[in-house]
Amino acid sequence: MTAIELTQVFKTYEAGLATPYTAVDGVSLTVPGQRLTVLKGPSGSGKTTLLTLLGCMARPTSGRIHLHGVPAGILPALNQGDTLEVTSLPERFLTAVRRRNFGFVFQHFNLIRGVSVLENVCLPTYPTGEDPRVVEGRAEALLKDLGLGRHLRASVDRLSGGEAQRVAIARALISDPPVIVADEPTAHLDSHLSEGFMELLGHFKTLGKTVIVASHDPIVCHGALVDRVIELRDGRVVEGA
Amino acid sequence: MRPPLQRLRNILDFALASLSRRKGRNLSLLGVYTLVVFILASLIFFVQALKGEARALLAQAPDMVVQRMVAGRHDPIDLGRAQAIEEMRGVSGVRPRLWGYYYDPIYGGNLTVMAVEDAELPNDALWVGQGVARNLRVKQGDMITLRAYDGLPMLFTVQKVLSDASELISADLVLMSQSNVRALFAMREGTATDLAVDVGNARELPTIAAKIVERFPDARPILKSEILRTYEAVFDWRGGLMVVVLASAILSFVIFAWDKATGLSAEERREIGILKSIGWESGDILLLKTWEGAVVSLTAFLAGTLLAYVHVFFFSASLFDHALRGWSILFPRYRLAPSVDAYQLVILFVLTVLPYTVATLVPSWRAAMVDPDTAMRS
Repeated sequence: MTAIELTQVFKTYEAGLATPYTAVDGVSLTVPGQRLTVLKGPSGSGKTTLLTLLGCMARPTSGRIHLHGVPAGILPALNQGDTLEVTSLPERFLTAVRRRNFGFVFQHFNLIRGVSVLENVCLPTYPTGEDPRVVEGRAEALLKDLGLGRHLRASVDRLSGGEAQRVAIARALISDPPVIVADEPTAHLDSHLSEGFMELLGHFKTLGKTVIVASHDPIVCHGALVDRVIELRDGRVVEGA
Repeated sequence: MRPPLQRLRNILDFALASLSRRKGRNLSLLGVYTLVVFILASLIFFVQALKGEARALLAQAPDMVVQRMVAGRHDPIDLGRAQAIEEMRGVSGVRPRLWGYYYDPIYGGNLTVMAVEDAELPNDALWVGQGVARNLRVKQGDMITLRAYDGLPMLFTVQKVLSDASELISADLVLMSQSNVRALFAMREGTATDLAVDVGNARELPTIAAKIVERFPDARPILKSEILRTYEAVFDWRGGLMVVVLASAILSFVIFAWDKATGLSAEERREIGILKSIGWESGDILLLKTWEGAVVSLTAFLAGTLLAYVHVFFFSASLFDHALRGWSILFPRYRLAPSVDAYQLVILFVLTVLPYTVATLVPSWRAAMVDPDTAMRS
């Protein structure tokens, strides 16, 4: 079970320039493992920035981020359940941590256009040198579970919003990461599809995954399966830390 | 397959898929790129093959030709000198040669008329090269009239048309008896156009040439190596001239390729951001872009080189042989013997494939250096 701990984390863009902007302002919090945590707040409150820091996509300007209970083999010399301080890792290791520990679902899905559904899902594994037949088998199973068995060879350009999001979810799950990170996942979905998505997140939780969602959608924030809501405003935690 | 190799293959597969997704752009680039390689490779193959032909032909040529100069111009040489030169140490034989140029006013071209002593060639007959036969529209048994120095016509029968195997040198050649050459050009008895000198040891050639000049100060010895060097210089010069003429086209391609290679579209930048965000390292992105550049440039290089080979050695470089070969009217028809200089091909490879591949890496490297979180905000 992976938990993430942030200690006095700041993220300032254009630091040292005339107009520096602090998106995350001294946040300290712990995201519990195997739980569904929601980062809530209005636009510009720092949700997405905090999500990128939690997901090892960006480094904080200052502060420390620890991953507790990392899976075995995430980095050489790390054992199952060890704690890893990620803020000082070189890019190569940070990428390895991100690749094996996190699965991302982006607001705009971020699928590669002109490429098939199956290939989009397999893309994260290409640099790992994993046998493509094994990966494709896994991807097919995931896509069938998500109801996309008919669209394996179709181009992602032909999919509806809900289908595209499920492809993005399958891609996030292809390496079986312990943490799923989703940024405004219901922004382009209707209420029915949004509720379906929340059920899916609940399913991930039952599989033992840690789920972190940034959203200001009431369907997400007030979802019955949500364990914890952290409210942000102006880059600071105002409730739920 | 081991993971590092599998990684290379996976990324290569994705690079090929990426290229096929941008068909229009990549095919146009490939087409222009191939054309430039084709032109440059054709020039290299053609000039190289012509030099090879010249070397092969000159292998049969005399080691040295001795001419007599009067007021800086070539003048008939006395046959008495042949005897004197033959007696020099190191000289193995001297053959007087009788030849000249005949201008045909109808076709506006020069024929090379040469005396040959052959029992099979009667006094009223001549042998002609393929180019002469083609241009004068004559065949074996036909009659030809040549106008002598004094304007009187001389009538000959074409006894033989020389084989096309020797066409590169025999295209404009007319062979006739010695007496006819003298009658045609009013050349005095006891003189020759020049003397063909053979020596036993090629390393003695400069010494023997110096002795000849010492003995006959108005003589000009021309060594075979000098003729070869002149041929090579002429072909190199013509090849260089073609490159200059084509420079604008090549420059256009360079600008076009540079623009295509160095400019990443917004879609490509977006893709790089996505790949980074889903776990690709900067090194993986660079490998992907290297594969893409290498596939385009290698395909263009191989296709251009192959097309150039077919163009030069199967179609005798028909696109620009007139400019490079340099005959005035009587163009020989022949098929060049394949001759490929590996060194020049490597130079062509280095000049075409490497710059493009490297040029594609710089913008990709810049794009790959962005934080993956930019994809979250796109």
